[in-house]
Amino acid sequence: MHFGPHLLLAALEGLVTSAVLALTALGLSLVFGVMRVVNVAHGEFFMLGAVLAWAISTAISGHPAVGFLAALVLAPLIVGAIALVAERLVLRRLHYNPEATIVATIGMLYIIQQLALTFYGPEARPVEPPFTYRILLPWFGYSGYKLSVIAASALLLVATWLVLTRTKIGLVMRATQYDSETAQAFGIPVDRVYAGVFALGAMLAAIAAVLIVPISQAHYLMGQDPLLLSFIVVIIGGLGSLRGTVVAAVLIGLSDGIISVFFSPTLAKIIATFLVAMVLVFRPHGLFGTASR
Amino acid sequence: MADKNGFFDLSKTTLSRRTALKGLAAGAGLAVAPGFVRYSQAQSSAPIKIGFQSHRTGIGAAYGRWYEKTTAAAVKAINDAGGINGRPVEVIIEDDGTDPARGAEVVGKFASQHKTDIVFGTLFSHVVIGSAPAAGEAKIPYFVVSEGHHVASTKLNRYVFQPGITDVKSQIQSMAPWIAANAGKKVTQIFPDFAFGYDHRDYLPPALKAQGADVIAQIAIPPTESSFTKYFPQIPAETEVIYHVMVGPAVLTFVKELGEFYGSNRPQLFGFMDSLEATDINSPGLEFLDGSHFWEGSPRYAQPDDSAAQKAYRAAVGIDDNGAAVGDPKDVSTASHMFGCWETLYVVKKAMEDAGYKGPEDRAKLVEATEALTEFAEGPEHPQGPKTFNGKIHQCFGIQNISKVEGGKLKVVHKTKIEDGLYEPEGDYTTQAL
Repeated sequence: MHFGPHLLLAALEGLVTSAVLALTALGLSLVFGVMRVVNVAHGEFFMLGAVLAWAISTAISGHPAVGFLAALVLAPLIVGAIALVAERLVLRRLHYNPEATIVATIGMLYIIQQLALTFYGPEARPVEPPFTYRILLPWFGYSGYKLSVIAASALLLVATWLVLTRTKIGLVMRATQYDSETAQAFGIPVDRVYAGVFALGAMLAAIAAVLIVPISQAHYLMGQDPLLLSFIVVIIGGLGSLRGTVVAAVLIGLSDGIISVFFSPTLAKIIATFLVAMVLVFRPHGLFGTASR
Repeated sequence: MADKNGFFDLSKTTLSRRTALKGLAAGAGLAVAPGFVRYSQAQSSAPIKIGFQSHRTGIGAAYGRWYEKTTAAAVKAINDAGGINGRPVEVIIEDDGTDPARGAEVVGKFASQHKTDIVFGTLFSHVVIGSAPAAGEAKIPYFVVSEGHHVASTKLNRYVFQPGITDVKSQIQSMAPWIAANAGKKVTQIFPDFAFGYDHRDYLPPALKAQGADVIAQIAIPPTESSFTKYFPQIPAETEVIYHVMVGPAVLTFVKELGEFYGSNRPQLFGFMDSLEATDINSPGLEFLDGSHFWEGSPRYAQPDDSAAQKAYRAAVGIDDNGAAVGDPKDVSTASHMFGCWETLYVVKKAMEDAGYKGPEDRAKLVEATEALTEFAEGPEHPQGPKTFNGKIHQCFGIQNISKVEGGKLKVVHKTKIEDGLYEPEGDYTTQAL
């Protein structure tokens, strides 16, 4: 294959990775930014989204698009509800202590993973894409659905940005992120904001998973990679910075796509990890993060 | 009738502490007394314990589940027919997480904690390679159902056997003539980047060369990869055949993305069933596989010429004519590999009977008795087909199936002969000390 089409394929693959990664990482970044806790179970909410998408789309007969759309609405809601319960039962009781939360969410990771193994099983199960249009380029064919994932993710990111910057909910969230004690003093129910943000973070991961599941199947171990990559993105982009998260996701996704096509996937991972190290050394608060006060 | 003395009134008869202690002491004394009947009984009727190293979790979990089902069916059949040497067989399962380090721990646990007679059942080659030293150290026979070439390479140790499934080197050698003659001469290989994949990487090129065909590109893919399109540009344009063998949960994605990449204008495809084990070939996106060919260890779909033994085996394990669980057509089996569990257990039975196996003290005798085996006839104990066994390299040799995807099913179009897969032994385990 010639260089031009090869690069095009690499860029397309990279953009799909970026699109899904941006949504997943944004969830982690919000929780990180507003609540100042590390949610190690974030990848499992991603996995739950995919597994539920399979369950919902197989339960609904008829055109695959119907089942998929139902999954796109219902799966994130269910995952959000589960996250809400987890927040009430676990995180709140730990008073959002950063160290305790890490350990608790590691526990949640294993519990969710093993429950999925028990009730869903070890198989990788496919979800039918809502449409199967194959775009025929002169050099290779490409899945039309993959392109729609990029578009859907961009729309969702814009929507999240609008919610954060233009609505009262967003204002409350930003206030809590800026200084939770002062926010509380001004009558903002910080507790409820925390619960909402935790659920929202999990929902973003679940949406990303529903979008990706027609491409790569639902499997109970699928949460590990997104978790690692999300951490990389959040560290590079800066805590709680939406712009930083998106830029870092595109950067990591594209470099992963292009480097692994032209060189090797291992090199892509090496470079991403190296980038994290460099950012931590020279800009500890991330490319777009604000230094902690 | 009045019970004037209160004889039947339990509340009135007080059992003194002294009496109770006496009774207990007498009972205990009886139990530990030398020559007590229960003990001699234990020698002959205590179960034979088989430690099953199962991939219950991790990337091998789908295989592990079907290996467990097949093993349970074989053990039931063996026990219903009187067990081994008149003793029932008991299987103890430990999860190795499809992880080599955990695998070695599990072998150690079987040897020292459960004190099983043998260890059995491992599939993934990196787990076998990781666990084999532990089995050699504990001097516990380790019967794997892995299909990798590592056992036959004689690089492991004298306690490791693979008598129930053929190895990759033999599979490739027996199928290469068919690939070169029917699929094409310019072959691109796609394989997982670990031990099992390396067997394919190392043995396919010479096997094809002998048939006048060439491997023109080799593409290694990390076993945890979840997206594959980015690898496909490495496939040279002049490729006539793509030879694919993938494992793990992302296999379906791999085949689907290959379909999106090529569409109907694809090179010939020859795959190992490993690429689609436990996956329905009628899954959305797999239509493009129609007309392609697969290696199958044992056919997933019932074939018109199935033997009575094959039919009985399928019924016992509980798979229907499409190779899915009876009653759940979506639960597709790992038919190409799991028959090896069934056959291995019957080899263990034969070897234990030949050795007059009584317990762990006879493990060395069991090793020698297994090495002395030479042939397994096709039948209820070996439903996949007849096999020969080379005791020097601890490996069996058998027939391979090449199947074509036709109308959403796999139809066997070619069966190789045992001789096609024989090669010069690379060493001799029997020279190693026991």
